[in-house]
Amino acid sequence: MTLAPESSGTPGEAPEPAGGATVDRREVVERLLKIGAASLAVAIASGSQFAPLLAPAAAAADAKQTKRYGMVIDTRRCVGCKACMVACKSENKTPPGVSYTVVVENGFGERPGDRPLFMTKPCFHCENPPCVSACPVGATFKRKQDGIVVVDYDRCIGCRYCMVACPYQARYFDFGENYAAVAEKTPYAAVPSPEYRQFRVREPETSPIGNVRKCTFCVHLQDEQGNYDQAAGRWPACAKTCTGKAIFFGDFNDPDSAVSRLLTQRQPVRLKEELGTEPNVYYLL
Amino acid sequence: MAKNLKLIFWVAGIAAIAAGSWAWYDRIAHGHDNANYGNLVPWGLWVAAYIYFIGLSAGSFLVSSLVYVFRVKQFEQVGRLALYSAVVTLLLALLSIAADLGHSFRAWHVLVYPNFISPMAWMIWLYTAYFVLILLELWFVLRHDFVVGGRGTSGRASLYRILALGNHDTSEAARAADTRVVRVLATIGVPLAIMFHGGVGSLFGVVSARPGWHGGLFPILFLVSALASGGALLALISAIFQDGLRRNRDTVVALGTLVLGLVLLDLLFMLSETLTGFYGNAQGQVQNLKLIYAGPYWWVFWIWQLGVGTLLPLAILVLPTRRDARFVAIACGLIVIGFLAVRLNIVIPGLASEQVVGISAAFESARVTTDYVPSVMEWLFTTGIVGLGLIAFGIGEWLLPNHEGTAAEEVSRV
Repeated sequence: MTLAPESSGTPGEAPEPAGGATVDRREVVERLLKIGAASLAVAIASGSQFAPLLAPAAAAADAKQTKRYGMVIDTRRCVGCKACMVACKSENKTPPGVSYTVVVENGFGERPGDRPLFMTKPCFHCENPPCVSACPVGATFKRKQDGIVVVDYDRCIGCRYCMVACPYQARYFDFGENYAAVAEKTPYAAVPSPEYRQFRVREPETSPIGNVRKCTFCVHLQDEQGNYDQAAGRWPACAKTCTGKAIFFGDFNDPDSAVSRLLTQRQPVRLKEELGTEPNVYYLL
Repeated sequence: MAKNLKLIFWVAGIAAIAAGSWAWYDRIAHGHDNANYGNLVPWGLWVAAYIYFIGLSAGSFLVSSLVYVFRVKQFEQVGRLALYSAVVTLLLALLSIAADLGHSFRAWHVLVYPNFISPMAWMIWLYTAYFVLILLELWFVLRHDFVVGGRGTSGRASLYRILALGNHDTSEAARAADTRVVRVLATIGVPLAIMFHGGVGSLFGVVSARPGWHGGLFPILFLVSALASGGALLALISAIFQDGLRRNRDTVVALGTLVLGLVLLDLLFMLSETLTGFYGNAQGQVQNLKLIYAGPYWWVFWIWQLGVGTLLPLAILVLPTRRDARFVAIACGLIVIGFLAVRLNIVIPGLASEQVVGISAAFESARVTTDYVPSVMEWLFTTGIVGLGLIAFGIGEWLLPNHEGTAAEEVSRV
């Protein structure tokens, strides 16, 4: 069987997987074991039936948002090591020029003195995402169940209007460029990206090349119920890796989550409140 | 004179296509690899070319509606030329934007999975309707001539028979029916063209993330500049085709007056935006204006847009040269060239700033920079599209029936 969600062919359902881009699970596992990516191989092999991650219509049927995933990022804990960027790259296998999170220096403006302020900036998974309104084909949407903003690579036409509309530059176009290891067809080129559990390998002119890509809060690490598990390592890669433990991730609808508690205990700020986007990523200064 | 001009058209067109074909091959073979737009400036020359051509189309169509809806006598000779020009420039716009898409062959998704909260979806639906409408209108304008021209055995006659779609009726009643249909289509077309091109402007105007674009002026600005550029293009091609100035002298001069008014109105809008922007002193707007007037590509504004595309033609259209159709045609040619700079100055400075301070320094990539200048491939691609346009006008001239005074007759029947 393929790892992509079953397609029923109705508009709004998860679309047909792109023929060349999906591979057999057994094959994936074998390839991964061959090159030593054992943990990824085990994760894929042990997974049972995957629920489709990109099914807006199905989600709308039982349309109640049970979770509101987001982050609280404590800039005072951030040392600017950029491990989050590296972790994101190795998790999502993003190509050159695409980085779902970036660490910017003095993003809140120059500070007096010589102490820089670093902040990591993933997608903010806004409550009112302008990118979603912009998309002419509904390829990018906010998941009803947990508010994560995702992109359906098979629907996206690559017009880049969402990138233009995003006030936070959280979106990246996949130009089809590759790191040397992939371009030179080393075994690494066979490693699929686990994004959306579609396990696509990079092939020229095939999605996600030509699509707009973005942070997914590593939605592929959710279980059947849509839960993450920090102890088991099923946690957004950037937050899992952060050396200073500056990135807090969790469910704002759960009053006991770390992120909810931080919102009440500290003074959070969000970027560009004046635009009404209502980001789900807060900063502590 | 007109003959030489036509020759220049053909030669320039073929040369441009030859240059463009390399870029077309490159785009097909290597996707977006050799394009210079990136992740901070996601739209570049091709989007600018798209709004340029689509503005020419909407403008040409609206001028044609002066003939077919409002029966303005001065322009009746060039009614069908205006309509043909609207079709050609729309095709050029579609080619430009198709190349810009990451997955060009998925363009049909917009028709199947539209998201009507997106102004882009509205725009595409509206111009699809507009495309169908102008093709129909053009066919009804030419139907009688196709039928008449289809009598005979020459290759051209058989082509006309095909284009007549099996129609044989040359009766007066049929012609009167054509005229009525054209009038109805043209009348529907006016609000449609205003909506779809206003839609192009809204596509930019709604983006609150881009202070240089955001606001209610943009859709209106797009309409005025579409009329100005479309009217100028029509004056230029009227001076070249259909026996050129020998036949259209008075029309060209009249178009010159129309274009003068529209360019002045456009200038007024620009002044208004500039003054309110600078006096308001809001960071985003000032940044956008500074990029246009004093950024690394300041000359695109001061020399190309303002000098060549506005002040020089305005002088020609105001001084006594305004009564000489040759000068008017030259002025309008300059305006047509200048408007590409107008389009570039809308798209690029509006995007070329960091939305999050420090993002271009966050990681090293040629795709993550606010400095955008179109690559050779992008320029040649667009040059080739312009070449296709020149050739399309040449073919239209050679192929389409052009009986003296037919347009005038059509109008007198309305």
